[in-house]
Amino acid sequence: MTRHEPRTQGKAKIDGGVASDEKHDSARKHVSGEAIYIDDMAEPAGTLHACLGLSEVAHGAITGFDLSDVRAAPGVVAVLTANDVPGDNDMSPTGLHDEPILADGRVQFFGQPVFAVIAETREAARRACRLAKIDYAEEPALIDVADAADDAKLVTAPLKLERGDSAAAIAAAPHTVRGQMRVGGQDHFYLEGQIAFALPGEDGDVTVFSSTQHPSEVQHMVAHALGVPSHAVTIEVRRMGGGFGGKETQANLFATIAAIAAKKLNRPVKLRPDRDDDMTATGKRHDFLIDYTVGFDDEGGILGVDFTYAARCGYAADLSGPVTDRALFHCDNTYFYPAARAVSRPLYTNTVSNTAFRGFGGPQGMVGAERIIDEVAFALGRDPLEIRKKNLYGTDDRNVTPYHQTVEDNVAERVIAELEASADYAARRREIAAFNAKSPVIKRGLALTPVKFGISFTATHFNQAGALVHVYTDGSVHLNHGGTEMGQGLHTKVAQIVAEEFQIDIDQVKITATTTGKVPNTSATAASSGTDLNGMAAQDAARQIKNRLIAFAAEAHDVPKDQVVFLPGRVRIGNREIPFAELIGEAYMARIQLSAAGFYKTPKIHWDRDKGQGRPFYYFAYGAACAEVSVDTLTGEYMVERVDILHETGRSLNRAIDIGQIEGGFIQGMGWLTTEELVWDGKGRLRTHAPSTYKIPLASDRPKAFNVALADWAENAEPTVHRSKAVGEPPFMLAMCVLHALSDAVASVAGHTVCPRLDAPATPERVLMAVERMKAEGAR
Amino acid sequence: MTEVSMTVNGKAARASVPDNTLLVDFLREHLRLTGTHVGCDTSQCGACVVHVNGRAVKSCTTLAASAEGAEVTTIEGLANGELHPMQAAFKENHGLQCGFCTPGMIMSATDMVARYQAAGKELTEEAIRHELEGNICRCTGYHNIVRAIQDGAAKMAAG
Repeated sequence: MTRHEPRTQGKAKIDGGVASDEKHDSARKHVSGEAIYIDDMAEPAGTLHACLGLSEVAHGAITGFDLSDVRAAPGVVAVLTANDVPGDNDMSPTGLHDEPILADGRVQFFGQPVFAVIAETREAARRACRLAKIDYAEEPALIDVADAADDAKLVTAPLKLERGDSAAAIAAAPHTVRGQMRVGGQDHFYLEGQIAFALPGEDGDVTVFSSTQHPSEVQHMVAHALGVPSHAVTIEVRRMGGGFGGKETQANLFATIAAIAAKKLNRPVKLRPDRDDDMTATGKRHDFLIDYTVGFDDEGGILGVDFTYAARCGYAADLSGPVTDRALFHCDNTYFYPAARAVSRPLYTNTVSNTAFRGFGGPQGMVGAERIIDEVAFALGRDPLEIRKKNLYGTDDRNVTPYHQTVEDNVAERVIAELEASADYAARRREIAAFNAKSPVIKRGLALTPVKFGISFTATHFNQAGALVHVYTDGSVHLNHGGTEMGQGLHTKVAQIVAEEFQIDIDQVKITATTTGKVPNTSATAASSGTDLNGMAAQDAARQIKNRLIAFAAEAHDVPKDQVVFLPGRVRIGNREIPFAELIGEAYMARIQLSAAGFYKTPKIHWDRDKGQGRPFYYFAYGAACAEVSVDTLTGEYMVERVDILHETGRSLNRAIDIGQIEGGFIQGMGWLTTEELVWDGKGRLRTHAPSTYKIPLASDRPKAFNVALADWAENAEPTVHRSKAVGEPPFMLAMCVLHALSDAVASVAGHTVCPRLDAPATPERVLMAVERMKAEGAR
Repeated sequence: MTEVSMTVNGKAARASVPDNTLLVDFLREHLRLTGTHVGCDTSQCGACVVHVNGRAVKSCTTLAASAEGAEVTTIEGLANGELHPMQAAFKENHGLQCGFCTPGMIMSATDMVARYQAAGKELTEEAIRHELEGNICRCTGYHNIVRAIQDGAAKMAAG
């Protein structure tokens, strides 16, 4: 063989590169039961188990605190109270210092952790918890936002968005409608509950395995709670059994308690609450009360809007500031408001502190926008889809949002038009009208709703990410980045990106557990940003190594740099091709650094909250969905007959994963808007704290026909990683079409002349009540 | 304490455990078979489904003692060198995301296929959806899970 002949017959394409439908990286382990979640880890000898003691009143001072029976119970090793927190008894992610790890002297919601029992077994800890004798001097409790006084306490500063003079626009409008809408909350019901497992180390060190979307924040919370520097604390998570936002801040409680106990007792401590405690003691999606006024012209053109979004935030701020901000950022959905005013009311309530949940307030904001569309349509006797299309953002004009960002990448009109055609909207609208005319009890409804969702953390500094890539001398690659895997396929996509850079098969890239020891100061895997941020950081790391390899190969083989080309499994250097691993071996011998830390920060974004102006979002993700439902107007029960979805993901990195996100997000959104109802009683007790009373969608709840398509023409207007788009949250809001199809079916009872004002969740009870209202109003 | 003995994945298992030990804890803690998961603790979610004498049961509300003498199969025992056709179908059809519900889904799926085959009934898509009412998935929207079960059922019938 001469130097100029190729030494390897390479293949044309690597396995598992970008834009392949690669399976989830852990699929084989999941189907065989070999994937290890934190509760599956082998426990070292001496492992102890913790259980939380929860308050049994919603608001009041602790006047008697007798834990002697708890301490004396069999198997109990220690009982922790607020006094046992060696550092700062606070886990507020905002720095507002309003969220004690364990209640100190007073409780502010029913289910607030007051003490923790550490025992030899989980059962011993749970049994001992029941023996506490705590007396409370109860104080008045605000449970529901509808009961809040005008000057009620807020947990954080409200936001106001204002563009134009909405009061004047509304006053001058030919038509005005004012109304109110309730939108329910939602429990995450990640299948794997919260869990933390802490191992004490030497010095002040502790390692915590935490089911968290935000290892860096858990690290900081544990460090503050222990009174040690962050460098003493390592947080690791290989995978979560679902997160959905519920493990963005809510893991802090469990990790800090486990870590405090582990350090105090110098033994490993695991804390896995049972499902009822998990649902009682951790935050949920915020429910909202939305007040709105809309002014519009004879043709249904919106002239001005005024929104107030009041949210049940619970007793502490947690993420309620950015959640209620994001609600306002989505009060427009895909619609241009010539004049708009929107304000948030993040209300203090004596309930668990609500938190992030897929969409992060955006869904609640959007349902307000869609309610306004319904109001305009019914007031004028038009099809809501006509009103939707009439009020869409333009491309060259009518394109500025209430927060003064110009919408530069608008594809809503095209997405709606394509879905309207593929779902055969017009013909089905006529068929349904004919069906309803002949069907006195069962009424059908149809609706097509769009989605425009802003991508980026609105706190600009969170939009950064790091990654660590090592290439070993055999050519295999170790990949680590700051994002966490909760089932969404992030690790798979990032591995695809790295495999693509090096042109090696994906099985040569080892995905490793997220740990604060490898990539520091990370942001939560949240805001749909996981791939956008971490994929870019990993690509940067891989390119650094690749550039060193190119420089080395060019010099060593005396060819120009542009003649070093990475081909599948091999590298062409001039006229010669060598296996990737061989080049790595040569580079190592020449002392080339084969490891790199990558970094990425999102460009262009900025946000001035005080002024309510800026460009908080790098880009928008778009989609649309069309639902047909049938409603039994005597019982309120309903079926979702058919759903069609068209969603754009830019140039998809992995269509199979993206479609899975769309299907799953849609069903989860449908659950939020239909069956999932959280009920607190007058005492502030959550009465829906298990799946027996909290109705999560089942396989049989799925639409009878369910057609999901990706817009194959799509490409991100911004230079994101391979021009893809975020897909985690946007599809959740596609489910609005089900709420509006139900609204349409209900409206048919009164000839589509009265807005049903169907609140969410549209349980059969609410649907029936709306039908009854239609019958009464229609008869007038 | 109770002496329990059963056959788990073809191997004899025996231990002295507290009377109230749940089957899931016996499997996970005594035998280290951690593929069987605990999701809701109250037999709603189905993450803990195993087979006892060939029938799907929720091991989080079954006493270990009540499985005395039984043949128990867990997700780890389903594969025989290579993946069971139903396991392969879940993998091939992207019938999972976070994976936590997956073992229970697969154990319920193989049980339903076996029952329908024994009864000579067709396992329609509608029947699969109905049969899955004891298994919650929060990630996938069930679409690919149902497709996986249809595919797995066909492979089981063929093989």
